[in-house]
Amino acid sequence: MKKRLVEIAHARSGDKGDTANVGLIAKLPKHYPLLVKQVTAARVARHFKGMITGKVERFELPNLRALNFLLHGALDGGGTISLKTDAQGKVFSTALLRMEIEVPV
Amino acid sequence: MTRRLRIAAGQGFWGDWPEAPYRQVTGGPVDYLMMDYLAEVTMSIMQKQKSRDPKLGYAKDFIPLMQRILPILAERKVKVTANAGGVNPRACAAAVAEAARGLGLQKKLKIGVVSGDDLLDRLDGLLARGHALTNLDTGRPLRDVRDRVLSANAYLGAWPIVEALRQDADIVITGRVTDTGLTLAPLIHAFGWNTTDWDLLAAGTVAGHIIECGAQASGGNCLIDWQRIPDLANVGYPIVDAGADGSFEIVKHPRTGGRINIAGVTEQLVYEMGNPREYITPDCVADFTTIQLSQAGKDRVRVSGVKGKPATDKLKVSIAYFYGYKAVGTLVYAWPDALAKAQAADRILRQRLRDLKLEFEAIHTEFVGVDATHGRLARATIEADKVPEVQLRVGVRARDEAPVDRFTREIAPLILNGPPSVTGFAGGRPKPEEIVAYWPALIDKQVVKPIVEVVEV
Repeated sequence: MKKRLVEIAHARSGDKGDTANVGLIAKLPKHYPLLVKQVTAARVARHFKGMITGKVERFELPNLRALNFLLHGALDGGGTISLKTDAQGKVFSTALLRMEIEVPV
Repeated sequence: MTRRLRIAAGQGFWGDWPEAPYRQVTGGPVDYLMMDYLAEVTMSIMQKQKSRDPKLGYAKDFIPLMQRILPILAERKVKVTANAGGVNPRACAAAVAEAARGLGLQKKLKIGVVSGDDLLDRLDGLLARGHALTNLDTGRPLRDVRDRVLSANAYLGAWPIVEALRQDADIVITGRVTDTGLTLAPLIHAFGWNTTDWDLLAAGTVAGHIIECGAQASGGNCLIDWQRIPDLANVGYPIVDAGADGSFEIVKHPRTGGRINIAGVTEQLVYEMGNPREYITPDCVADFTTIQLSQAGKDRVRVSGVKGKPATDKLKVSIAYFYGYKAVGTLVYAWPDALAKAQAADRILRQRLRDLKLEFEAIHTEFVGVDATHGRLARATIEADKVPEVQLRVGVRARDEAPVDRFTREIAPLILNGPPSVTGFAGGRPKPEEIVAYWPALIDKQVVKPIVEVVEV
């Protein structure tokens, strides 16, 4: 069945210049492979379409049951240049948790 | 050789909780208090303060915090590492020394100062000798903005702090030293680690990364089960309790609030992460995919297995330069049709800016309460009639001040000549703000010579 990521994962995000990072962490070990398979860089790029100007990179940390995403061009120039409320990308984390994936019942 | 070493985080950024350092040195045994003050553009703010008064240019709030705890530090032999020195670590040290003398601590404390990170006066020479200081994000050479540079500092690592500790410094005040170096240095010093002990240096770097943002590792800003995190009002800041083999535990003082568990420490590990296999510092390259976490008790997470690789031959340089101006104006619209009113006001405002022929690099609109945090992902879920209120938030950015200043005079008129049910203008007209932007670059390590001085109070 479809579930929103917020039900099976948690996340924290931050910034480096104009790039936001989102660390996505499976709450249970059995859910990590689902994240690896379904939450691809391409899927995340589609999720944030129109909200970021650059590419999406993905890194795997199986030891922490985590995926790390770099969202380039996410912060309107970043840091002090940005006009966004979220100039430091702090809440891209929960924006990603809105995504739905298929979770076996 | 020391068997265990306890390093307590006292500040996670310039402006963090003033109570934290006191609580960390009184709540239980610690060997070191680590205080991180410097964010990407902090140095430029400090440079501006120093240009107005040569005795300034450091984190001024550090002095009253130290004044409060200096007698406790002297009595309990707790040492301090802090990058509060900003662009003027000597002046910062002098102010701490004066505070210490005022408390009757003459000859009872030694203060170490780490500098040599400041490259501002050397920039033209470096550029002339072929150091392009290319922007790591954009690829542009520094020459493009050279005449607008306000500060330039290399990120030093742990070793200059180690040198100060070897010379018996009790309080080490630094300029632009990496956040992680402030934690790694006491570990190197206590356990006698070597410059090529890459796994150990990586372990100490991971320890530094976990506690460098203060309570973010002990329950603050922690998403998972956030409503069940106990007593954040009384949150205990994290402490690294480390052994000579590079394994360590993240703990906090007894009878404090917050929570230290695997999920929370994992959140902090991925914070501001790039490529996890290559966490690059001046001291080593840490591989975050080797970190093993286990719950070793209540509010006690054990970290082990960390692998590292040799450091690179470069240092990161943080350059700040003048970019332009920006301003942000806000108005609040009430039900009914709160969102539609705010959207109409935005259209009217933009038309007026166009009619005035003002040129901006960017105009950015957010409807706070609807889309300021999650953009269109949130907008799609909104039922317009149910929105009780919306804050219209419009920002503009330009190279010149004039259009930004004119923009700030176009917000208030909307209260009487725009859509109805508008309020929330108590703050008055927004002010144009200077933008100091960040220019990350690399430089050859051999060019930068750290300076270490240790003096008695």
